Amino acid sequence: MTAKIAFADAEVGTELPAQTFQVTRDTLVRYAGASGDFNPIHWNDTFATEVGLDGVIAHGMLTMAQAVRVVTDWVGDPGAVVDYGVRFIRQVKVPNDDKGATVEVSAKVAAVVDESARTVRVDLLAKCDGQKVLGMARAVVALA
Amino acid sequence: MALDQSFVGRSYPPTRPYEVGREKIREFAEAIGDPHPAYTDPAAAEKLGHPDVIAPPTFVFSITYRAAGVVIEDPQLGLDFSRVVHGAQQFAYVRPVRAGDRLAVTSTIESINSLAGHDVLEIRGDVHDETGELVVTARTKLVARGADEE
Repeated sequence: MTAKIAFADAEVGTELPAQTFQVTRDTLVRYAGASGDFNPIHWNDTFATEVGLDGVIAHGMLTMAQAVRVVTDWVGDPGAVVDYGVRFIRQVKVPNDDKGATVEVSAKVAAVVDESARTVRVDLLAKCDGQKVLGMARAVVALA
Repeated sequence: MALDQSFVGRSYPPTRPYEVGREKIREFAEAIGDPHPAYTDPAAAEKLGHPDVIAPPTFVFSITYRAAGVVIEDPQLGLDFSRVVHGAQQFAYVRPVRAGDRLAVTSTIESINSLAGHDVLEIRGDVHDETGELVVTARTKLVARGADEE
């Protein structure tokens, strides 16, 4: 485990570099195949509409995977993540066009978890169309 | 109808081991659009102190969710899967999942709650490697919407 951020340099309030992720239908098809989640609400408009959705929506787990990149890219070693949790509070609707949906993720160091283990808690904010899509999105990472 | 509280604490037998392959990790990393070399390049992963390529943090969900299927499909529990949405997800990692791991999952019903007419079911998946060491614990919260909502 080799984090490139030192514990001493990650004060509470430190902002991580924000990132923006584009999610198109193509992304959803690839993610369905790679994850094994073939629920048709993620690729079939007719089905999605029939079950009461406004159209095809992204896998919550895909949004969760993209959001944590803000943390793993910052810390350098994805293996430094010791805990990660989210609540799925709003769906990411993915229009059937070239642009799809845009998920904006920002994060900041919110607390020191364990000084001896050099772990901090990073709170994430993921938004789509200006609205929060993940709630209580938190990652605990072990720093150098 | 509310789910039977007596199912809380029930554990299901461990799954047959899932063998984590380098190419499966690569495919997953590409699907989430994450170019981190630790997912695809063994030398890069080794530089970070890992014995082989590691999987992105959420990769293990594919394995734990399949394992949670035994709970979801338990006819005695009687969960109506057509009304289920994924409410929350959390992972506690002992170490990252890596290529070559043979992972077995033991699923346990951690809690059953009723909230505003919805059943909220929390399933814990303990993921062990072939040496029996715990690798990650996944907590999956499923919400079964009440039948009277439509």
